[in-house]
Amino acid sequence: MGKYAIRRTLLFIPTLLVASILVFTLFWIVPGDPALTILGGGEGDSGAVSLEQLQQLRQALGLDRPIYVQYASWLGNVLRGDLGTSLWYKTPVWSQLKDRFLVTMELAVMAILLAVCSAVPLGVTSAVKQDTGLDYLSRIFSSIGIALPTFWLGILIVYALAYFFEWLPPLGYATLWDDPLLNLQQLILPALTLAFNDLAFTARVTRSSMLEVMREDYLRTARAKGLVELAVIGRHALKNALLPVMTVSGYQFARLLGGVIIVESIFVVPGMGTLLIESIIHRDFIVLQAIVLLIAAVVLILNLLIDLSYGVLDPRVRYQ
Amino acid sequence: MTGGVVEGPVPATRIESPTRGLTWTVVGGFARRKPLGAIGGLIVLALVATALLAPLISPYDPRQIIREANNRVPVYVAPGSAYLMGTDHVGRDIVSRVIHGARISLYVGLGAVLIGVTGWFLVGLASAYAGRLVDLVVQRIVDAMMAVPGLIIVLAIMAVLGSSLNNVIIAIVIGMLAPVVRTVRSQVLSVKETEYVVAARAIGARSARIILRHIMPNCLAIYLILATYYLGFAIILEASLSFLGVGVPPDVPSWGGMLTAAAQGHITKAPWAGIFPGLAIFIVVLGFNLLGDALRDVLEPRLRGARRGLMR
Repeated sequence: MGKYAIRRTLLFIPTLLVASILVFTLFWIVPGDPALTILGGGEGDSGAVSLEQLQQLRQALGLDRPIYVQYASWLGNVLRGDLGTSLWYKTPVWSQLKDRFLVTMELAVMAILLAVCSAVPLGVTSAVKQDTGLDYLSRIFSSIGIALPTFWLGILIVYALAYFFEWLPPLGYATLWDDPLLNLQQLILPALTLAFNDLAFTARVTRSSMLEVMREDYLRTARAKGLVELAVIGRHALKNALLPVMTVSGYQFARLLGGVIIVESIFVVPGMGTLLIESIIHRDFIVLQAIVLLIAAVVLILNLLIDLSYGVLDPRVRYQ
Repeated sequence: MTGGVVEGPVPATRIESPTRGLTWTVVGGFARRKPLGAIGGLIVLALVATALLAPLISPYDPRQIIREANNRVPVYVAPGSAYLMGTDHVGRDIVSRVIHGARISLYVGLGAVLIGVTGWFLVGLASAYAGRLVDLVVQRIVDAMMAVPGLIIVLAIMAVLGSSLNNVIIAIVIGMLAPVVRTVRSQVLSVKETEYVVAARAIGARSARIILRHIMPNCLAIYLILATYYLGFAIILEASLSFLGVGVPPDVPSWGGMLTAAAQGHITKAPWAGIFPGLAIFIVVLGFNLLGDALRDVLEPRLRGARRGLMR
């Protein structure tokens, strides 16, 4: 296990480095001069830029230095925890980001828990009752769930609530530790909206994984020795079927972080997603860079943890 | 005499009818085996027809603000005989915008798939075939890009490029790099190890011949499946971008863009403005997914469950 863990961890570092290079270069391959783009593209700008301003910004961004020097100094700062200064708000990025980061993570974790907790029973039922009406119903449900765009579902939920209960998305926001109940009230609907896609998808994966496991010899053995069906399904089949579900959920978490942006803007949640959209509108590349890098790091760390726990749960993985 | 008369037309019908019959047998067989896939195919056909015929079948100009007889602008008129799906927040006909939106969706979808799936298909093939350093570098880039959700990659690129229809296509193409390259690579790797490729190499066939004659034809199915899924994926991404206000410019009738106003609280005043464009996206994406699932089951059953990595 030790060797596997080391090998897998070593693979994680170059990937994170490549991700940081990609994130860095992305914003410096802006056609033309990034400084000019930043100055000229903001909302409510006349487009007129003085040469002085341009020089100042170039110097502030370090654009007068070769690109690898720029990258090295940027990476050095990031590693020290300095994500730069927002071009729009003129404040350190991290001070803006940290609260929003927690909100987004809370939302994403709530969504994935909701999705997995309802998808697994659904998928198992569907597999156990294969080719019955129940199975077809749950398969149709998951086809619909996968195709349903998150933003449309969000809009429909808001509409239904406004129509039937005269409820509107709250404008304020309370953190989990300030007012847990209010916090939950504010996040439960966005989390449900977000969970729906993944629920459908995870249910489908659970079903096919269960169907595969149910053909195994050890299940026949379990039945042959007279175990009750519940024990056969619960203890023998499900335990083995859940491994691929776990991997998929890890990848789904990454996907969820994309959906968060949309859901946050519908339900007016002050998370990282709304900040991301704001930074795009203001052409605040420093904030944008920080958010993309942060998300990449979270996803890569999560994948690392999943792979490591996979190694613990399934010894076969270690010897590949 | 009789022989001469009969022989003339017979070969012609003999050549024509089996191929025509075959096409119908294949289509009919597909529809019977995969009824959901056939429904998907019909939805896709309907989308194409709507997009092609848009100027003929839409009652109004999609960008035009309607002025009624006494110079009144019909803002948020409910669906009825005058406006089939009602009018939007500035007084444009929603049904016309939904019909023309099919063009935008199809243009972005086809553009992104033709450039993206084809281009990344070749990259995945090269990566798997060349192996070694090329493969290592490409795979690290793929790994790194897999770590960022597709929507966020696409948003970041839109921030750099600025909003326009063609920039949306470029952004989506870049957004599908990682999953397409990864899927194609693994397929090519398995084809590369098959006996017929090994045999071809043993008799001295050159790489170009092996790739063109042996590997490519065996990856055609996966290309078709990826193209189908990614059409739906590109349409959803375009709608998401336009919904967030960074996709196509606001006057372009994009389904996603039409939902923006609906999300900003207008939905309580005019639910139809939020329901119909969303319904269009949903049905079209469902169509492409159903067709893709059916194609996958028929052409490449080993790929079952492979979509887990696709729609990110």
